[in-house]
Amino acid sequence: MEMEPDQLPDSEAEDPRQEFREYCIGGILAVLLTLAAFGLVASHWLDTLGCLMVLTLLAVVQVLVHFRYFLHIDLRRSHRDELQLILFTGLILFLMAGGTIWILWNLNSRM
Amino acid sequence: MNKIRKYSRHPGLNMGSTDPETHEAAETLLFGFWVFLMSDLVLFALLFADYAAQSQHGVAGGPTPGDILDLKNPFIETMLLLVSSFTFGLAALAMKYRQDRTRLVFWLVVTFALGAGFVGLEVYDFTDMISKGHGPQTSGFLSAFFLLVGTHGIHVSSGLIWLLVLLVQVFVFGLNRNVKTRLMRLAIFWHMLDVVWIGIFTFVYLFGVA
Repeated sequence: MEMEPDQLPDSEAEDPRQEFREYCIGGILAVLLTLAAFGLVASHWLDTLGCLMVLTLLAVVQVLVHFRYFLHIDLRRSHRDELQLILFTGLILFLMAGGTIWILWNLNSRM
Repeated sequence: MNKIRKYSRHPGLNMGSTDPETHEAAETLLFGFWVFLMSDLVLFALLFADYAAQSQHGVAGGPTPGDILDLKNPFIETMLLLVSSFTFGLAALAMKYRQDRTRLVFWLVVTFALGAGFVGLEVYDFTDMISKGHGPQTSGFLSAFFLLVGTHGIHVSSGLIWLLVLLVQVFVFGLNRNVKTRLMRLAIFWHMLDVVWIGIFTFVYLFGVA
């Protein structure tokens, strides 16, 4: 579906204030997520396992915030090439990093 | 106005109709750079995997992550890098809309100062750890720690050198197409280093202390 320029979503339009606002939203969200992550560990609010799971979740959300607001990657058709590249890289990362951790853990438990 | 020019064509801030020719030229340049960044990300992912294994099984009777990592300096480093990512965004906006060298240079210098503060604090942390006998030769955990965090630090340092070179180019060549697309590539490099740092402060520092 090809959109006409006047139907472009707000963030696609060239508006200095809108683009400035996007960087501000990204900056504020990133600071809040970082504070939440450090605060969670400093406050000992959760047990270790719960803490690690919430930290992982916060990190994933913050990565998405950086991709969306600082790197301007989203689900729009015009960004499909980059998105596919990121998703493919994500798959490679999952296989290589996950596989490495799996194998090393497995070896360790046999030693 | 050609409507295709209004669409964003690559990661990072698009010049769009403020500079249509640069916008056209940037598409392949930035896509290529994006491919490089993704392969760089694979390098970091493997260093993360290495660290995940070594920090659990490679302590070799030496200190564990929980014994020696504290959160104060990493928190300051996180904030410095995060704010520098934001100020680079402001520099990119100044380049796009104002075509105004003063404001662009101002935000680039602020970004440089924040990045230099980050590297300085990290070097201070490293020397502090080494002076306490927790150098990379102590155990597999510390080797992996210095390798992962150090590789990121070297990336940030080379980003700083790149930033200095571009500051000179802004004055020597002005804001021509080459200088603009170089700044756009440095911008996504810089934002990506902040993304990698999210992984480091979460999986190295916060996981280590929690």
